[in-house]
Amino acid sequence: MKLFEYEAKSLARNLGIPTPKGGVASSPDEAKDIHKRMGGEVVVKAQVLVAGRAKAGGVKFASKPDETRDRASEILGLAIKGEKVKKVLVEQKVPAKKEIFLSIVQDRANKCQTVLASDQGGIDIEQVAKEHPEKIVRQRLDPIFGMRSFDARSVALKLGYAGQQLLSLADLLSNLYRLSVIYDGELVESNPVIETQEGRFTTADLRLIIDDNSLFRHPEFQERSREPSSEVTPLESKARERGLAFVELEGNIGIIGNGAGLVMATIDLVKQYGGNPANFCDVGGGANADQVATALEIVQSSERVRLVLINILAGITRCDEVAKGIVEVKKVVGLRKPLVIRMVGTNQEEGRSILHSEGISVLDGMDEAGKQAVLGGAG
Amino acid sequence: MPILVGRQTRVIVQGITGNQGSFHTRLMSEYGTRVVAGVTPGKGGTRVSGIPVFDTVASALEAGDADASVVFVPAAFAKEAAMEAIDSGLNPVVMITEGIPSRDAMVVMAYAKENGTTIVGPNTPGVITPGETKLGIMPGNAFSPGKVAVVSRSGTLTYEISASLTHEGIGQSTCLGIGGDPITGLNFVDVLKMIREDPHTDSVVLIGEIGGSAEEDAARYIRETRFPKPVAAYIAGRAAPPGKRMGHAGAIITGSEGTAAAKIESLTEAGVRVAEVPSDLVKLTREQVPQLRQ
Repeated sequence: MKLFEYEAKSLARNLGIPTPKGGVASSPDEAKDIHKRMGGEVVVKAQVLVAGRAKAGGVKFASKPDETRDRASEILGLAIKGEKVKKVLVEQKVPAKKEIFLSIVQDRANKCQTVLASDQGGIDIEQVAKEHPEKIVRQRLDPIFGMRSFDARSVALKLGYAGQQLLSLADLLSNLYRLSVIYDGELVESNPVIETQEGRFTTADLRLIIDDNSLFRHPEFQERSREPSSEVTPLESKARERGLAFVELEGNIGIIGNGAGLVMATIDLVKQYGGNPANFCDVGGGANADQVATALEIVQSSERVRLVLINILAGITRCDEVAKGIVEVKKVVGLRKPLVIRMVGTNQEEGRSILHSEGISVLDGMDEAGKQAVLGGAG
Repeated sequence: MPILVGRQTRVIVQGITGNQGSFHTRLMSEYGTRVVAGVTPGKGGTRVSGIPVFDTVASALEAGDADASVVFVPAAFAKEAAMEAIDSGLNPVVMITEGIPSRDAMVVMAYAKENGTTIVGPNTPGVITPGETKLGIMPGNAFSPGKVAVVSRSGTLTYEISASLTHEGIGQSTCLGIGGDPITGLNFVDVLKMIREDPHTDSVVLIGEIGGSAEEDAARYIRETRFPKPVAAYIAGRAAPPGKRMGHAGAIITGSEGTAAAKIESLTEAGVRVAEVPSDLVKLTREQVPQLRQ
């Protein structure tokens, strides 16, 4: 789950991580008031969960409160990569001697967290990483011991700092690591950390993504949706609220299956045969009739869908439960779209006889089902 | 015995009194797995399908020896359950549990490495040696004994492909799910290293999916070490959009990383034959192994 910059910064400040002075505004006038109270020059930043806001015009500078109001008004009207800007952060502008990139990422290949750091921070960091990988400092962290103080000092040293500056940058990095531990950060990233004219450090930007699997440890975040509304379609959020793994795609053939790999393979198969899948929908292992019914109702409710392909390989899941779910939909809301059903495995005969008695036919092979769905969907 | 587990392997089920734990304990026992004890804190002294339940792994081992563990413990407690198994010397530890925080998984993997313990999963269907034993939740009837090893990141897709192989008379030596999470114990390369030395395996079917770089790593290993056994592969998620998690926590394309196209390309360069659709794996496997040609 992604947090907004202002949220991440408020958590960071509680841990003693230095951030520029500022405040959050939902309207141009509020933004102006914040500037009035702080004085000086400010930066007005769009609060969005997608990355790349600076390049999309979501970050602007202002030297007078009236200007801040105008800039806030421009930014609050923006949609950045589809995400509407609802809040801006108005912060004191900190003149930078240098911009540093600090990131603590989940390193899948090494099964640990790894620090990525560079003294060439800023909006072009991705290009730096691509063209000058040697400019990125990497420090793997032992999962059991975590970040030790010398790990942090080692990074600061490699970034070219010495003396008091080395110690204070190491301290900041250690605190970012604490933030990632306390909130189960899948990603903690500050780009940039600004080295001020006076040689101090402050986190001018901060991103925090919480590992979704850890949300049970963070009840304060459990209530909110895990993804920004711009990244989730209404149908997706409806399906996920009801416990389905669901992703909407562009086509017209609805797909339901059990198991993420099997559903992905079913989508690929339909594409391979020239069809166009409308969604990814995994009812999960051991799904009961209700879950299957929910899935079918949601998938057939999409206007784009012309046909629904159900691919079940029952292991823990039972074919009779799947069949009952389909029949339930038929009786309660009706089958609104033609169905192609492939269903084999546990309790196959029971499941098939339930469907047959309702006049619904069932196929054995996945290839056959894929081909039939594409034929039906094209019609 | 083929890699990791065989007929002789004695198994402890952690979380045996839960829904999943008790259900699959019964199925494992029916398949022939030697489930010798179960562990659920606070339920010591009871029985599940006739199998004695203990409060700790250590007390289970005092009552009778065991080799391996299968963990069904809920995500919030799975880290410590796995560490308890590692502490007691059980090996391998098969973690069926889904939804374990990545940080917890990292700690388990580091602790296992220190202790020389093999972890399968988490978020895995487990491992089966067809005809001998299964440590996991896969439906036994999809598999049959033979000489093809199946290694996979997905559960149902493994059953799909193994069942097709079985249907065509091609048996399997081992079928193992490495798990659908971002952080897992065994990865493809680890399993390929075991298969390399395994006299019971003639060829390999590798089932990958989008996200991470486990397939690319496998391709590099196959190419650089001139892997001596033929490998056929299938990668799920060719049509998956970037930035969306496709069910599995680990199945997500981030930026340009983890795409099916990149994985297929590196596998093909390594001499692996990549199937367009899952059912083609049967044909490819038959072509690659002279003894299987009809």
